[in-house]
Amino acid sequence: MDGLFTLIQSAIAFGTIIMFGCVGETLSEKGGNLNLGVPGIMYLGGIASLAGAYGYENAVENPSKVIAFIVALVCAVAASVFGGLIYSFLTISLRANQNVTGLTLTIFGSGVANFFGGSLSKLAGGVGQISVPVTSSAYKVGIPGVNFGILVYVAIVVAFVAQYFLTGTRKGLNLRAVGENPATADAAGVNIVKYKYLATCIGAAISGLGGLYYVMDYTKGTWANDGSLENLGWLALALVIFTMWKPLNAIWGAYVFGVLFWLYYYVPGLGRSSQELFKMIPYVVTIIVLIIVSMRNKRENQAPASLGEAYFREDR
Amino acid sequence: MNHDIAIKMVGVSKYFGEVVANDKVNLEIYKGEILALLGENGSGKTSLMNMLSGIYFPDEGQIYVNGKEVSIRSPKDAFDLKIGMIHQHFKLVDIFSAAENIVLGLPADRKKSKKDVIAGINDVCDTYGFEMDLNKKVYDMSVSEKQTLEIIKALYRGADILILDEPTAVLTPQEVEKLFNVMDNMRKNNKAVVIITHKLHEVLSISDRVAILRKGSFAGEVATAKANEQMLTEMMVGEKIELNIERSEPQNSKKVLDIKHVTCLNQYGMPAIDDVSFEVYSGEILGIAGISGCGQKELLEAIAGLQEVSEGGQIIFTDPDTGHDEELIGMNPRAIKEKGIALSFVPEDRLGMGLVGSMGMTGNMMLKNYREQSKVFIDRSSADELANKIKEELGVVTPGVDTPVGRLSGGNVQKVLVGREIAASPKVLMTAYAVRGLDINTSYTIYNLLNEQKKKGVAVIYVGEDLDVLVELCDRILVLCDGKVNAIFDGRNVTKDEIGLKMTYIGKGDVQKNGQK
Amino acid sequence: MDKNNVSINHVREPLFHIAKRDRIAKPKAYAIRTVAILLSLIVSAIVIVCITGLNPLDVYVSMFKGAFGSNRRIWITIRDTMVLLCISVALAPAFKMKFWNIGAEGQVLVGGIVTAGIMIYFGEALPTPLLLVIMLGSSIVVGAIWGLIPAVFKAYFNTNETLFTLMMNYVAIQFTSFFVAKWENPFGSNSVGIINSRTKSGWFPAIAGQQYLLNVIVVAIITIGIYFYMRKSKQGYEISVVGESENTAKYAGINVKWVIIRTMVISGALCGLAGFIAVSGVDHTISTGTAGGRGFTAIIVAWMSKFNAFVMLAVSFFLVFLDQGAKEIASNFNLNEYASEMVTGIILFFILGCEFFINYKIIKRREDK
Repeated sequence: MDGLFTLIQSAIAFGTIIMFGCVGETLSEKGGNLNLGVPGIMYLGGIASLAGAYGYENAVENPSKVIAFIVALVCAVAASVFGGLIYSFLTISLRANQNVTGLTLTIFGSGVANFFGGSLSKLAGGVGQISVPVTSSAYKVGIPGVNFGILVYVAIVVAFVAQYFLTGTRKGLNLRAVGENPATADAAGVNIVKYKYLATCIGAAISGLGGLYYVMDYTKGTWANDGSLENLGWLALALVIFTMWKPLNAIWGAYVFGVLFWLYYYVPGLGRSSQELFKMIPYVVTIIVLIIVSMRNKRENQAPASLGEAYFREDR
Repeated sequence: MNHDIAIKMVGVSKYFGEVVANDKVNLEIYKGEILALLGENGSGKTSLMNMLSGIYFPDEGQIYVNGKEVSIRSPKDAFDLKIGMIHQHFKLVDIFSAAENIVLGLPADRKKSKKDVIAGINDVCDTYGFEMDLNKKVYDMSVSEKQTLEIIKALYRGADILILDEPTAVLTPQEVEKLFNVMDNMRKNNKAVVIITHKLHEVLSISDRVAILRKGSFAGEVATAKANEQMLTEMMVGEKIELNIERSEPQNSKKVLDIKHVTCLNQYGMPAIDDVSFEVYSGEILGIAGISGCGQKELLEAIAGLQEVSEGGQIIFTDPDTGHDEELIGMNPRAIKEKGIALSFVPEDRLGMGLVGSMGMTGNMMLKNYREQSKVFIDRSSADELANKIKEELGVVTPGVDTPVGRLSGGNVQKVLVGREIAASPKVLMTAYAVRGLDINTSYTIYNLLNEQKKKGVAVIYVGEDLDVLVELCDRILVLCDGKVNAIFDGRNVTKDEIGLKMTYIGKGDVQKNGQK
Repeated sequence: MDKNNVSINHVREPLFHIAKRDRIAKPKAYAIRTVAILLSLIVSAIVIVCITGLNPLDVYVSMFKGAFGSNRRIWITIRDTMVLLCISVALAPAFKMKFWNIGAEGQVLVGGIVTAGIMIYFGEALPTPLLLVIMLGSSIVVGAIWGLIPAVFKAYFNTNETLFTLMMNYVAIQFTSFFVAKWENPFGSNSVGIINSRTKSGWFPAIAGQQYLLNVIVVAIITIGIYFYMRKSKQGYEISVVGESENTAKYAGINVKWVIIRTMVISGALCGLAGFIAVSGVDHTISTGTAGGRGFTAIIVAWMSKFNAFVMLAVSFFLVFLDQGAKEIASNFNLNEYASEMVTGIILFFILGCEFFINYKIIKRREDK
């Protein structure tokens, strides 16, 4: 029983990271932009928040929790929107290939993050560990008695808001039309470029919060150049498929992925090698979902129809 | 006319490169009136109306809406001027419900709840007599429902001027009747309605006034009450133009294709060609006439092995030399080729089906016979030789045989395609709109090539849209109407009017009467 | 007529608009690319200066030293170029067909796993030449299977191949982790260690005293082979037609499903082979880093090179040079080696962006009154 409780707890903590990534990417994909740069954006958000917090905490004698919180948040959002802007400019304005641009963004983001991550470590004294205790503790604040930081709840709220936006508002309707059939949306008077830019950049900001949460809460304000954030980014992409592009599904989907990810820890008698096979489950499940969705061919569950394609009005 | 003018177009022209789509057209559209815009394929009806709906921008001329000069740069400008157009290709988002499609792109009004919006849409439906389940998804809808949805969408957005581009082409007779009721209601509500069509009986039954376009120019207008089919056909097809295309007598004709009871379904499960039977002979050119989208494409593709044919049909190929029979249905192009049946096909979509745009002439020469070479690697020399030969003989203007054909002009692309198909020494040569978009000289080159093939004893099928050409070039002319064979004429004793009538109108009991030779 | 077009009514149209280019002269295209690369180097230099305060010229010089500073460094640069090139070449047929094989990372890894497994289990029993042949064959087979799975679903159910192959990567990575844990040596190290480090059994042998010459030979054969396959063979021809238009392919009697499956099997097989080279010819061990993101980098290489084998060689070389150079800077200037990824990212952004100016032209409308 105790085991189950801790499993769920770690699943929720873990799921929050990818929930942010998933909801952000869902917004972008609903506008027709498949952003394979999510891992890079999460990296950018994570490292920027860490660098901002580190700078603030070192510059001020008695850092305030509130200001530290804001500094990290602003830095994370700014950096991830910057990543989103690069991607948007290249794919939307310059019509570069989305897959290649996304992958490049991931390389770039991972480079920037790990470069500064490593350098910050050195600046901190070369031990390889830095910490931003004040900021990290600011993000650990949550409901008393429950061991979750505030971002865990924010993630859920963001998912609800995204779902409401997509299905309950006129602008959400327009965005979905842009992702499905940009020519039709264009003819109906929707500003395609504006919607695509905003969806991708706001989506990037949300994904970046995943990086922020990972750094400040999940790893308690530390940095390690171990590539785990990148893997989480790809997992977030998998989750988008698993949730069939519905943000509400991301809430339970992310936790299910969290359970699957940590399950090996609680299954007795697993060797270290079998544990690794267990970690494969989220991906295999995602593949199965992908296959079933394409075989059943039910229209609502498919990826947005124009996903991955640049829109050029004169092509019609 | 005692109605107010809604739209006045003065001297409006539109060019696409060298092609004149519209040439100084003057047109007036009145409120409370249904105007039928009549014309053959390519007469510029749709492009003229597209300039009102913001798809194209006129190269010359002025447009006045309600007496004011306007410029319509985008569909949004058209909406703002209360102009709505229902295109042949619906602009709907498949996975959205009807209601979602209607409000797409409209600014949200905070004071209006969802209920108010639905009520507003229902108001429109009640006024005009639409039946529409607003929660139904577009992908679940029939073509007629989609069209209805497009009309509701335009009206809900406040359209006072409604343009319908061939709205009946995809409808059953019952659905057409419904649509006409709706149009009648719109007229009663003082809307200006334009219907683009080439079906004469519909023109006569629904419109108040008919404006006719011919080859991009305004050819006249007439009050419907004073019009009849004969007169409209004459205005539509115009005076007979002497083209002086040579036509020799068919020599030694033998039956090469025997097509019996062939039916193909379109993507909506409706028959695209419906129980079609006819024969094709060697040494003759069989013309196929018809309004576009009446099954020409499906018919040729069925023969070429690219369309699934419903059960019960037969397409028998008889080799004119050996007399050997072969059933073509069930074979794909490769199988047909491997049986040794020399069938050549110049499809309508030249770069999307007949050629590979990114490859040069040489690469395209190999498209149909590269597999015959025995080795793993392709020997390009013979293809290269052929490419150069075609380039020279047909005068293809290209920097080189390796320049991607997608970069060549339309006429040169067609020369490459026709040249290749003829070089395969076919027994049957099918061409779809072989001269569409080509200049006069290139068109004559193509006619000559077809005539040469005919003299060699090839059975040539020529799907065309220009009736002048059909009556001068072809030995027999088959008229398709709504996927059915409506008539087969002797090309030497037929007038354009006779063909035009059969293209647009299926008389009772007429169907298939002339189907057999 | 065109002139009339422009002069009448143009006031009402936007000031400029964008049109697709029909063609562009090759020199002009290369000029655009060169400008883009120069710009990217300038931006990278600015970034380096801002971050580190170092003289960017010093940095570039030491990068050059890092990649070519010694005989050994040159060979390492060549070695890494070969692996990246091999993967890029493997991807080219699939991309030419417009099949987005994002799964090279996984296909390389499964090839590597099988290679490592054979080295571990049969390293003592069999002679190296035989081992090499077996490893070659097996890595090709598993790579082919890894490519086959998404291809079948694409051909028959139109399952999105980008997402499918992406997920297959992680299945392969977890398989790798599984085997790394299983083959751990020494115990507790969480790595496989150098396999057969004493006997060098199953390693690529040195040729003419050069340890990595065989890598070059194998990759050269594959590259030339694929070059001819794509340009001269019937199958290569079919790939081009299917990639251009499925309708044309059907018209020409090509079995589109079969071509999709066949091409992905080839692509996967060659990626598997790259895994074999990476393990047997370079690392002599297996880890989740065996592919090291090169499966993704190769996508960019293949795409940017427009599938031209020689351009792929140049681009691969350029990226490896950046990587090696950055490592050198990292140690020289006490920086972090991830700087190379950052610089690579910046340069790639510019190259990707400049393609717009090659494919489109911006037409200014003459202003009126």
